[in-house]
Amino acid sequence: MNLTWYERLLSFTNARLWRLTHVDVLLAASLVLLMSGGLIVLYSASGQNVDMVERQMVRLALGFATCLVLAQLPPKYMLRASPLLFVGIAGLLIGVLLFGVGAKGAQRWLEIPGGPRFQPSEIMKIVMPMMIAWYFSDRPLPPSFKQIFTVLIIIIVPVLMIAKQPDLGTSLLVAVSGLFVLFLAGLPWMYILSAGALAPVAGYLLWHVMHDYQRQRVLTFLNPESDPLGSGWNIIQSKTAIGSGGIYGKGWLEGTQAQLNFLPESHTDFIIAVLGEEFGMLGCGVLILAYLLVIARGLYISATAEDNYARLLAGSLTLTFFVYMFVNIGMVSGILPVVGVPLPLVSYGGTSIITIMATFGILMSIQTHKRAR
Amino acid sequence: MANKHHIFRNYRQEQSLTQRRVIFAAVFVLLLSLVLMSRLFFLQVVEHERYVTKADDNRVMLVTEPPPRGLIYDTNGVVLADNRPIHSLTITPERVADFSKLKKELSDILNISEDEWSAYDQRRKEYRRPYQSITLKSQLTDQEWARVSVDLYKLDGVQVEAQLTRFYPYGEAFAHAIGYVGRITQKDLQRVDSQSYQGAQFIGKTGIEGFYESKLFGRPGISKVEVNARGRIMEELERQNPVPGENLHLYLDARLQQYAYDLLGDYKGSVVALDPKNGGILALVSKPGFDPNLFVRGISSKNYAALRDSKRLPLFNRALRGGYPPASTIKPFMALAGLEYGFSSWNERYYAKGYYQINPNGRRYRDWKREGHGWINLERSIIESVDTYYYQLAHKMGITPIHNFLSQFGFGERTVLDLNGAGKGLLPSNEWKKARYKESWYPGDSVNVGIGQGFMVATPIQIATAVTAIANRGDYYSPRMVSTIDKDTPDFGLKGEDHKIKIKDSRNWEHMVKAMRRVVTDSKGTARRLQGASYSIAGKTGTGQVFSLQEDEEYDAKNLEKRLHDHALFIGFAPSEKPEIVVFAIFENGGSSSKPADLTKQLFDAYLKDDYPKKYNYLKGDRS
Repeated sequence: MNLTWYERLLSFTNARLWRLTHVDVLLAASLVLLMSGGLIVLYSASGQNVDMVERQMVRLALGFATCLVLAQLPPKYMLRASPLLFVGIAGLLIGVLLFGVGAKGAQRWLEIPGGPRFQPSEIMKIVMPMMIAWYFSDRPLPPSFKQIFTVLIIIIVPVLMIAKQPDLGTSLLVAVSGLFVLFLAGLPWMYILSAGALAPVAGYLLWHVMHDYQRQRVLTFLNPESDPLGSGWNIIQSKTAIGSGGIYGKGWLEGTQAQLNFLPESHTDFIIAVLGEEFGMLGCGVLILAYLLVIARGLYISATAEDNYARLLAGSLTLTFFVYMFVNIGMVSGILPVVGVPLPLVSYGGTSIITIMATFGILMSIQTHKRAR
Repeated sequence: MANKHHIFRNYRQEQSLTQRRVIFAAVFVLLLSLVLMSRLFFLQVVEHERYVTKADDNRVMLVTEPPPRGLIYDTNGVVLADNRPIHSLTITPERVADFSKLKKELSDILNISEDEWSAYDQRRKEYRRPYQSITLKSQLTDQEWARVSVDLYKLDGVQVEAQLTRFYPYGEAFAHAIGYVGRITQKDLQRVDSQSYQGAQFIGKTGIEGFYESKLFGRPGISKVEVNARGRIMEELERQNPVPGENLHLYLDARLQQYAYDLLGDYKGSVVALDPKNGGILALVSKPGFDPNLFVRGISSKNYAALRDSKRLPLFNRALRGGYPPASTIKPFMALAGLEYGFSSWNERYYAKGYYQINPNGRRYRDWKREGHGWINLERSIIESVDTYYYQLAHKMGITPIHNFLSQFGFGERTVLDLNGAGKGLLPSNEWKKARYKESWYPGDSVNVGIGQGFMVATPIQIATAVTAIANRGDYYSPRMVSTIDKDTPDFGLKGEDHKIKIKDSRNWEHMVKAMRRVVTDSKGTARRLQGASYSIAGKTGTGQVFSLQEDEEYDAKNLEKRLHDHALFIGFAPSEKPEIVVFAIFENGGSSSKPADLTKQLFDAYLKDDYPKKYNYLKGDRS
């Protein structure tokens, strides 16, 4: 047999074992690459704390387990469960508003008596695109005006509930995950362009009705450097860390910004600054490339999926994952305002690892349950 | 729906529509990634030199400094929770070359326990700022401090730091009212702003300390410090001073609290004293208590196990959580309920035998007085505490009117405003029994509830609160600990359930107070031993059964283990015309109600006549 390396790779990815376990090898390999890089950076960012790295590994392993379990579930069952799940999670969101457990002034958690506590809003990030994709699954595309209107209502209700907790970051991500489905379903360009044109007008009008203190809050939000001992401190320090790293970086565990604790939150939201300082532009490039590998595979799965539901869901989940990464790197490097979005699968802690890995479980299920051609 | 479209749908076209959108999205993803890469290029290549200089010059670090905690005062200005300077031995791990050598050297100088070493190891693993010191041994004695200081120069990375620690000067009598602070756990950090608590030593856990944590904590200071290349602090450049926590002023009277605690003697039990004019808690006693100072810097597992496993349950807050049968102290409320719904009247006469039966041949519910009380009326039923009167009254009423009327007094609810962890007690109802036992409510259940036994359970703070409403002739106040907070207006956001309890004939209030007054003054009154005070006392006795007597069985204290003796209860207020203090007292297994009655009178003498034993002068404060 004379096979090229590419054919070898393909035959490996089609191996019986993977088919049997419903693992998509290319996706899994890209994820492992991303996570390993993340762990190396975390060791440095945590002040060489082995305990923290171990705990993160446990979380990642749990994430992979979740992914594997979901990959076994054929997409047709997900389709059927979508509306039920949506109603259930929306009910839990109401529960959070009524009986939620507070943390840092916001009610996000729901306590299961005798069990762990969890955040329904986190699960909504997955259930929202499932619901919208379900809605379009038996309707012809592109959507009519009435359908678009209905979908917007479905999106806005849970988004407002999450925003009321208050958790602005998550509510925006949930909204985005639903809007992506609408976009992929063929929302006419006319609508997209006019929404884009109307946004500045709406912002202008809003600015004029706002109170002075609210305007002030928006200004500090847009320009944190006006508050150098507060939120501006983080951004000044993270830019210094990244910039001083140069092309090749200062070397692993050698970053003065990270190791001397000039960088707050260095192991959580601002972990990319540690990477930028110690591994330079090269390191950041490799990390972004690893993300793009994952995203490319996700979009491929979406494009080749068998039905509307799978296509729309896979595409939206992948694009939401990209938004995470873009917003995080954008905010740490100072081109976006600081919102508390972690770097997916790399930042320390957070329940988000489980939900993100659940989305990849859904992608794998969609890919591996295709009828053999 | 789906089938209707089926014929007209072009699936191929729909597929390629979404595929085109996916491709468009992919291009967009690539473009945005390019934006990120060019931003990185700008920072890391174009501006690189500038940021290298900036990083090299970066000798400035932010350090948070925990604020001094607010103090807690009693009503007369006695400090109940104080801050005290201590000296602690701390280690900076980055500066220690050889830890096992250091460990040996330190052990030669000081006596450091295994617990302290393992606590150090634990904290070493937690996230912290580089060069932040970790406490190894806190509260060094003067001798220890002197001994370490001599050798400090050769112990690299070891230092003695002055810190403020929480101190509760009056210890165990106050533990259940004031609560305590303890070491901050990861769980605690989830409910507060963890940034502010960086460097903080402890956090309020229970009682006032827990409930008012946000007021007591204050705002941490931030200082800009210059560090050397290895991260050691060289100089302080700029600082925002910490803002101390706010001081709390309680209604609690320290002398009354300590006196009540001591008067309980060796008994387990609880005393609650309230100011009926506003619901202020004058004393909140649960005995036995414990030394709250043990918890401040992390309690050792040995000490904790001893407290937790003690049969006397010192950690259990009886005043807030103890569920007791209110026994005969419930009778004034039952009587008012009967009057309200027309099941009894002040004039109607009743012949009280030694027992009551629902059916002629049924079970005999016995009165405490074997031969019965003879002809009585409602007032006498309070004075002599006639059980059979309340058996028949509750039987006639049934549980629903009882439930509705008593719930207005706070039974079955958490009444206390500013303490966490209060119990709800149990005010039973038909629905409750169905849900709990899948059985309907039997007439016999009502009979038992009539004398405050059976399913009915109430906490000391609940009973005291309810009595306040009678003392006030209907004005109900939710009990509260804090009267004022520094800087804040007196109304600092505590919203009580304060209301006027409405009854059809408001003269019943005055009549009931008169009946409770005669419990003391009447020659047959169950609290006649309290006669002779220079002010007027109103009250009601109670004896709560710890175990159920069989029908016709008699309570025989002599041959009964002490833990099965009846609980002794008393409720009282004085002066009865215009009450200034309400007291509830319970002696667990105290036998007869003479003990709590005497205690109540002594508290009244103290509070109203300033008649305290001399030894309590140290708790007098400067404002009394």
